[in-house]
Amino acid sequence: MIRFARATAVALLVAACQPDAQDRPASSVYGPEGSAFAAGTPEGLPAHAPARFGFGTSASAARIAAWDIDVKPDGEGLPAGRGSVEQGRQVYMTHCVACHGPTGTEGPNDRLVGAEPWGEWPGSLTVGGYWPYATTLFDYIRKAMPQLTPGILNPDQTYAVIAYVLHLNGLVPADAVMDAESLPAVAMPARERFVVDDRVGGTGPLR
Amino acid sequence: MEEQSKISRRAWVATASGVVAAGLIKTQADAVRLVAQEAPPPDPTKVPGRFTSELGARAPAEQPRRLARAQALSSASQTPLQDLMGIITPADLHFERHHGGVPTIAKERHELLVHGMVERPMVFRMADLARYPQVSRIHFIECSGNGRAAYTHDSMRPEQTVQMIDGLLSTSEWIGVPVSTILREVGVRPGASWILAEGSDSAVMSRSVPLDKVMDDALLAFGQNGEAIRPEQGYPLRLMLPGWEGNAQVKWLRRIEVTDRPTMTREETSKYTDPLPDGTARQFSFVMDAKSVITFPSYGFALPDRGWWEIQGLAWSGRGRITRVEVSTDGGRSWRDATLQGPVLPKCTVRFRHLWEWNGRDTHILSRATDETGYVQPTVQQLWEVRGEQTSYHFNNQRAWKVARSGEVTFGLGELV
Repeated sequence: MIRFARATAVALLVAACQPDAQDRPASSVYGPEGSAFAAGTPEGLPAHAPARFGFGTSASAARIAAWDIDVKPDGEGLPAGRGSVEQGRQVYMTHCVACHGPTGTEGPNDRLVGAEPWGEWPGSLTVGGYWPYATTLFDYIRKAMPQLTPGILNPDQTYAVIAYVLHLNGLVPADAVMDAESLPAVAMPARERFVVDDRVGGTGPLR
Repeated sequence: MEEQSKISRRAWVATASGVVAAGLIKTQADAVRLVAQEAPPPDPTKVPGRFTSELGARAPAEQPRRLARAQALSSASQTPLQDLMGIITPADLHFERHHGGVPTIAKERHELLVHGMVERPMVFRMADLARYPQVSRIHFIECSGNGRAAYTHDSMRPEQTVQMIDGLLSTSEWIGVPVSTILREVGVRPGASWILAEGSDSAVMSRSVPLDKVMDDALLAFGQNGEAIRPEQGYPLRLMLPGWEGNAQVKWLRRIEVTDRPTMTREETSKYTDPLPDGTARQFSFVMDAKSVITFPSYGFALPDRGWWEIQGLAWSGRGRITRVEVSTDGGRSWRDATLQGPVLPKCTVRFRHLWEWNGRDTHILSRATDETGYVQPTVQQLWEVRGEQTSYHFNNQRAWKVARSGEVTFGLGELV
């Protein structure tokens, strides 16, 4: 079983969460040669196991494109399309209002709107108060919303409803238009508040 | 009593005779089936038992149940810890937590796509995965929201069972293929440091996981306690991350993307992060710290008389083995080492026992676990001090049950804080 350098991994974990770190290429956890298995054989594999078994099939570019629907914090993965706050209001009132309320504060499901004063942190865990990345809205809505008809919104509708929710939170103006360029650029107030887990176990101070 | 037995036996004979007379019993199997439908006879040695069967069932009087209160797409059900023995959770009692309901998936059509920073992006059907060398390990899975009811002042109600408080914890033997084997097959490119794991449920549950954890001990699990994983636990395939919070162990796994940064999904930003009193929020708090709970006696049980009772419970740590569990029977003033019932496995529950002679007076019983890193399960006051009462997950503080003079047992932490 391979043992990786914990310090390296922790450093990467920390680096990955610094502002803009996602734009920098991280160094490999496996050393300069990029061989993840230079140090030994993975658990469960005997020494005489082949380098490759050949089970499974190659994934075509089309297949990958069809399934690779996530959106990264720098905007990678965002599709073409655009939507305005006003268009988003109509999407919201059709698809979202039943669960999130007329102003995004009533529920019955998650409250979306409202940034509490920082003195009351964490207050309500709303988009304006607690979400660190605007891109997460696209990633999540495209995958999981609306809850009873997931995936029903096209990219334009998705950009639009995000613009509306961001506007309700006071994060973009009433004439804002969201697209693959503007969405990752939205400044999220909670962004600077997120820190990487520093619990380590052991007998040191409780964290 | 004797008279009742005679009556019920007479009634059974009369019923059986009546059925025979009516011509409903033609074979011995018919007769045995009839017997099996009856209530337990007064003397089972005087009545033929039933035949073998294709699928067993619990004894009618033994019917443990999950607690499934909310009927909603995003909901949870809890394991009846107070009803279980040993460390293995029967698969049909494993807790549930899902965000878009339990999907119905055809195993023969299910595929895992592995792509991103790899040399050879590939698709694996379940039959492909099953051909790789397999491993089997016994690990707990715990939801990081488990135990909220033992953390905040408002929620420490006395009338709560251990199932209601800590039932988002289960332990299984997990069978599958190390993710490292599959990543070896596809070839990880230099610079990779994370994966994104994505599920095939209607929430398309997605979590980013550091690559070092994946290479260390992550499993692509398709087996649970000797059979295929149950639908509620991710059939036909789930990610298994020993010792880490349940949410990151993505069920119904359909895609792994190897990346050089976290994706920052909803479940690792606005959920499953821990707001702290200093105005920050702790992110990627994957590891479940050491914890223990007493399962007997607990609310729902009563001690009918003073004298010898065996206190039992479960202890576990996401950082390795449990090395010690201490029990207090005087409200935390003094502690004694409990007996750990083997096997004591890393990142797994261990059952502990402590023989106690109850003097019949009001008291509180507590347990606290220590793991192999030396970490001692903290008090709730210690956790409040560093994390505040408003933090959202990881409630591994010590618990307490109150044993009243009457023998009644209630959740007693609220009286101690």
